[in-house]
Amino acid sequence: MLNYLASRLISAIFVIFGVTCLVFLLIHMVPGDPVELMLGESARPADREALRHSLGLDQPVLTQLGQYLSGLMTLDLGTSIHYRLPISELLAQRIPATAQLALVSIVVAIVIAFPLGAIAAVRKGTAWDHTAMGFSMLGVSIPNFWMGPLLILVFSLWLGWFPVSGKEGFLSLVLPAITLGTAMAAILARMVRSTLLEVLNEDYIRTARAKGLSEAQVIRRHGLRNALLPVITLIGLQLGTLLGGAVITETVFSWPGVGQLTIEAIQRRDYPVVQACVLLISLSYVVVNVLTDIIYAVIDPRIRLGEGE
Amino acid sequence: MIGKYFPAFIVCLWAVFALFGSFMGLSPDAIDLSKILHGPDMHSLLGYDDLGRPILDRLIMGAQTSFIVALWVTLISLCIGTFIGAASAYFGGWLDLFVVRIIDVFLAVPGILLAIAFAGIMGPGIENVVIALSIVGWVGFARLARAQVMALKHRDHVQAAVSLGTSSLVIIRRHLLPLISAPLIVEATFSIAGVVIAEAGLSFLGLGVQPPAASWGSMIRDGTAYMLVAPHMVISPGVAMILIVLSVNLLGDRLRDVLDVRGRKR
Repeated sequence: MLNYLASRLISAIFVIFGVTCLVFLLIHMVPGDPVELMLGESARPADREALRHSLGLDQPVLTQLGQYLSGLMTLDLGTSIHYRLPISELLAQRIPATAQLALVSIVVAIVIAFPLGAIAAVRKGTAWDHTAMGFSMLGVSIPNFWMGPLLILVFSLWLGWFPVSGKEGFLSLVLPAITLGTAMAAILARMVRSTLLEVLNEDYIRTARAKGLSEAQVIRRHGLRNALLPVITLIGLQLGTLLGGAVITETVFSWPGVGQLTIEAIQRRDYPVVQACVLLISLSYVVVNVLTDIIYAVIDPRIRLGEGE
Repeated sequence: MIGKYFPAFIVCLWAVFALFGSFMGLSPDAIDLSKILHGPDMHSLLGYDDLGRPILDRLIMGAQTSFIVALWVTLISLCIGTFIGAASAYFGGWLDLFVVRIIDVFLAVPGILLAIAFAGIMGPGIENVVIALSIVGWVGFARLARAQVMALKHRDHVQAAVSLGTSSLVIIRRHLLPLISAPLIVEATFSIAGVVIAEAGLSFLGLGVQPPAASWGSMIRDGTAYMLVAPHMVISPGVAMILIVLSVNLLGDRLRDVLDVRGRKR
């Protein structure tokens, strides 16, 4: 158990270090001069030098990386060029909105995916199955930057049920969460279907049926429960895609989260903020997956005894 | 019967429009001020946009953008990813450890986010879109190629080639690549669908091709401002994109069945 935890943590630390380096490289891999890109060609040489110095770009790359890493240790992510505020402060303002959106989107995804996948598995090969999987295929294929505007058109502009954009109360959360949750729901539904099909072939399901449980009880108590574990792992793995999608969804709905901040920072050429946002989103993804792995190892002895994969 | 050939038909249509769109006498940039935001008519079946340009013509030019980007990104990612993954698995040792770590790092960053950041920092333009999406795209192929070569490299015919003194490069190319091509082709198909959406996503954010060039993503973005008066501006590029993505995904599913490749994720 301890071995498993240690190896998981060490590889996570390596990944975090790697992600930090990758994000750090972002600004250094730009062809040309990042300072010129940020300030434009007409900037005065003195201003350029000042920015170059404040970003530490006048020092050797390795020294810069060292400074960046040691800054991270103390949660010092640098200063925003546009807002002239510490980036950690900016992020602190934005994180709750993104966390809220991500959580509700996951709930939406689960609420859609479980019934859809269960119906498809139980009625395998019938029209129910084909319809459910058709919806799932459609859900994967609809990009959120098209679905979002369409939902706004129908439910905000025509029907007037929800606000068009912004963050004012629970109602404003509904459309972004549906937009973001649908794609995940589509992938989850397929997973629920395939794991449930596997589970339903197990001996204990036959036993449950033999002892006279109704089919609904068999599915709910023995089938879905056992199908839950791989599905929850998939939710953890899909979180990255979800957070990536949040960048676009937040832009569509003017949702004041980290994603919108990322895009604003790109448009304003505020690269230290872009770095910090990419880093934050990636780190939260890594941390969540390490936590799910650890929780599973605690819950399910098959995982830790099998020494992982 | 129709359903069976529909995806292939749509994908062929996409390819034809992309390859021959320039010779169809289209006028995607022709501005007709009297037609601003007009709905469909005899001259343009899909109506006009906010500058009075025919949406059908722009849709076809957008097909060209998405086709070129999807093809290039998939080709580049396939070549680089397969090479890195196969070499890593074949040679093993420190190289493999290193490559696995790099793959882990790339998998930890949401792909579209990394592409957005790269495209944003490199600046807009179709070449930069291709580069940004390839930086993200190679990882999936590398992981797949690595896993496949791992499973195959101890087979007898490979060992025989090694003992005959065949060079590693030839072994990988002649004795391993042909065996792992089926899953890679399936993965490439799904990659095309993913890249179509990603390219449109970047263009939607203003990081893709620049005006007046057309992309389905930028068409959707332009349309959102006029949704109430001219919903056709948003609807047609979206429907076109979904048809393509859906068709490519369906073809990928079928290809997987035909080539008998097990599920992508087990």
